[in-house]
Amino acid sequence: MPKTIYLDNAATTAVRPEVLDAMMPFLTEWYGNPSSVHEFGALCNVACDKARAQVAKVIGADPKDVYFTSGGTESDNWALKSAVLAKKEKGKHIITTKIEHHAVMETCEFLERQGCEVTYLDVDADGLIDLGALKDAIRPDTIMISVMYANNEIGTVQPIREIGEIARSRGILFHTDAVQAFGHIPIDVDKDNIDLMSASGHKIHGPKGVGFLYMRKGVKLPPFMHGGHHERGRRAGTLNVPGIVGIGKAAEVAEREMPDNIKRVSGLRDMLIEGLLREVPYSKLNGHPTKRLPGNVNISFRYVEGESLLMLVDEKGVSASTGSACASGSLDPSHVLLAIGLPHEIAHGSLRFSLSEENTKEEMEYTVKVVKEVVERLRSMSPLYEDMLNGVA
Amino acid sequence: MSTKLEYSDKVVDHFTNPRNVGEIKNASGVGTVGNAKCGDIMRVYLDIDDKGFIKDVKFKTFGCGAAIATSSMATELVKGKHIDEALALTNKSVMEALDGLPQVKVHCSLLAEEAIHAALWDYAQKSHVTIDGLKKPKSDIHEDDHDHDHGEEEE
Repeated sequence: MPKTIYLDNAATTAVRPEVLDAMMPFLTEWYGNPSSVHEFGALCNVACDKARAQVAKVIGADPKDVYFTSGGTESDNWALKSAVLAKKEKGKHIITTKIEHHAVMETCEFLERQGCEVTYLDVDADGLIDLGALKDAIRPDTIMISVMYANNEIGTVQPIREIGEIARSRGILFHTDAVQAFGHIPIDVDKDNIDLMSASGHKIHGPKGVGFLYMRKGVKLPPFMHGGHHERGRRAGTLNVPGIVGIGKAAEVAEREMPDNIKRVSGLRDMLIEGLLREVPYSKLNGHPTKRLPGNVNISFRYVEGESLLMLVDEKGVSASTGSACASGSLDPSHVLLAIGLPHEIAHGSLRFSLSEENTKEEMEYTVKVVKEVVERLRSMSPLYEDMLNGVA
Repeated sequence: MSTKLEYSDKVVDHFTNPRNVGEIKNASGVGTVGNAKCGDIMRVYLDIDDKGFIKDVKFKTFGCGAAIATSSMATELVKGKHIDEALALTNKSVMEALDGLPQVKVHCSLLAEEAIHAALWDYAQKSHVTIDGLKKPKSDIHEDDHDHDHGEEEE
């Protein structure tokens, strides 16, 4: 067994050697600024256009509708804040969900403080929104619907196409945070009726610090970053050429390997889910059983607390996570787990294992063994478990 | 959530090898404090002799690494001590004995102090003794009480 089994690919992934190889020349010999007229610049400009086409192909988009950013968070901020600016004549009502990533959720909370009204749709026990409730929430002044493609904590994939249809038929902008979905499951911005889509490079074995916002032709949101003519005047700032080349290469590889990876990774996922539920009593899968990201496993282990569980499995070489890495520092349980109806003490005892195609069956078997041991150990010192055994609770 | 790197070696030691885990049958006093909402519940069992010395102490804790480590250390600090000394145990002395805790985990050390006080109170009630300075614990496993300080930073 390797020293560390990395099961936190929803937090970030390892950069692929071929991605790094594609990037390296742009850190060393071809360090030009794509805005420069000379050959150094022109070469970089060509490289960025190639990356734009590679990224666009994965989602069936026109490359001209892809705007590179610093990552998913910037893309989410841009889409939401600029939509409010662009649509202020129409209104200031936004519809989103209770399970969004903080990049959308906290941007919406910020916009509420600026006078916007936001409807946060409930989700069911599997994490799916209700399309009827979405329709009911639409008002004449609704300017945007923002629903994440797939959830980062519990892996549930939303009915994006149907949501997009509803938005399109009502003339409302549709944004989706596809950071966890892009490069992992098929996305088609035309068929899915997507107007705006956020994605990131480092979740698909690309580098950190680069992502993009897809913006459908004609949507024309004002820039979020001002200060230059870059990205056709929509996103100022010297292009992160090595990063952009990296996300382009990572997207190309992800697209090429997607059918195989979906099969392989979801096989490992189901093996881990079955193993944990079989071997560890009082455990429960969170998220939809089938409408689920190939690499996501999220399980609640009753009567134990997540941080101690996480640290003890880490001691045994298994790197997992409690919900979202971004929530570190907060003592509240995950807003996503509360939204699917878990009581606080069960939400506190949940772990996320996020897999990649680099994981193996042996690693899944080892993980089941380690988690089983650690949960048993923590339960032996848990007053909640004692009460349950004594019939008190 | 704190990472292992934010914890002192002593916290990691007491978390990975906690002392005094378990139950005491027919304990002289048992106290349970904390709430599931915050993710910390601590139960302390005391075995106290006729002279008021703590012969044995055990604990069970549902909580993070810091909660388990502070339970372990607090029980170590009161073991063999007289109840008056146990009553004088503060969260500050538990923290000092652990070489400190990350700011967001300071409330865990309060829980250890409260759990020992709650167990002493239970002992006092059961044995009809008065312990000077001991106050009735607020309540056991309070689901809704969420007013204690987590030391979280303002935005």
